[in-house]
Amino acid sequence: MAHDHHEHGLSPSGHPYRSDNDGPLTYWQRMEIAVRELLIEKGQLTPAEITAQIDAMDARSPANGATVVARAWTDPAFKSRLLENAAEASREMGFDIGPLHLIAVENTQDVHNLIVCTLCSCYPRNLLGLPPDWYKTRAYRSRAVIEPRKLLREFGVDLPASVTVRVHDSTADMRYIVLPARPEGTKHMSEADLAALVTRDSMIGTGLPRRP
Amino acid sequence: MTERVRVKSLCPPGHVRAPWYLRGKVGEIERVLGRFGNPEQLAYGLQADSRPLYRVRFTMAELWGEAAETPTDTVDAEIYGHWLERL
Amino acid sequence: MTDTTGRRWHDMGGQEAGPVPMEGHDFALWEKRVDALMVLCSGKGHFTVDGLRRALEDMGEDAFEKHSYYERWIAAINQNLVEAGIYTLEELGTRMDEIARRGESYAEAQDD
Repeated sequence: MAHDHHEHGLSPSGHPYRSDNDGPLTYWQRMEIAVRELLIEKGQLTPAEITAQIDAMDARSPANGATVVARAWTDPAFKSRLLENAAEASREMGFDIGPLHLIAVENTQDVHNLIVCTLCSCYPRNLLGLPPDWYKTRAYRSRAVIEPRKLLREFGVDLPASVTVRVHDSTADMRYIVLPARPEGTKHMSEADLAALVTRDSMIGTGLPRRP
Repeated sequence: MTERVRVKSLCPPGHVRAPWYLRGKVGEIERVLGRFGNPEQLAYGLQADSRPLYRVRFTMAELWGEAAETPTDTVDAEIYGHWLERL
Repeated sequence: MTDTTGRRWHDMGGQEAGPVPMEGHDFALWEKRVDALMVLCSGKGHFTVDGLRRALEDMGEDAFEKHSYYERWIAAINQNLVEAGIYTLEELGTRMDEIARRGESYAEAQDD
């Protein structure tokens, strides 16, 4: 049945799944069960569709974005296509991102990009998977557009005055991914090894890629 | 040649996507994004008009004045045409 | 709801706030199901992501402070489905009540 495939194993982040049975059944859990059952009974959805959607979402993780970044680092023509139309470039690499409108913004020596959604929590989930909890907090949503540098220092990113910070507020249909700057000393690395340097936070702008 | 625009200072109740901190502020159109269904209608289950959407770039100096952390840093946001006045 | 100047609670850009809480959690199955319902129902045209956001906004600041992300999402999904006439409040209420009587835990409350 629908619940049986999640009782074991680790989530894509490497942590155990939070148990549904941490406490007594809540009002909201009852609502989810009721809504799901009514939708199925009324022929709107099937259990298989629901499971397939959960699996599709589980398959989306920062590793997908990292693959796109690594390709852009090694293939200048792809990078141009990515900066022109990031959704098309992602689809070109075989990722099923659905109707996502994606814009890639490039970090350089002079520019550092940071993504936020001040009005809710819009995030390029169809490429990167579900957003981290901190992205959805009041503190992040409030402060990213007024004190990005102070915020970034809390994330361990300290930018010099010579770099311009560009904050992108996802207020409408576009979603954003940061194309981080390729770290020094990586010229010899394979695409797969480069992808391993690309963290989720570096594609949001709250982090930098790992050093080799 | 960039176009300067000001975000209207309207404050209707209800679902709008022009953030408070940008209202009344002047920015430049960074790019035209195309036409999309008006979220102010979609939110209420209504048939939506197709409206032009723009990415508008604002400097931190424009948004926060003296309090700006770094005046030349920028915020880009997507704003619908009906929220913008051309200057 | 709105402060006297018309600013709505969810419109947070530029407000003062403390440090960003960095703790995260991985998603429970019920939360993944809520997420799936949102994607599938909006894909079938029962509501839009705009309708979901509007319902979340209209819930007010109190809900944001007291309830988790997916608790608010299932409430917003439900709000939209009720407005779309997919089921009635009577049907929902009756089913939620029946579910409460199936057992104490999420696993026990499943219909299988």
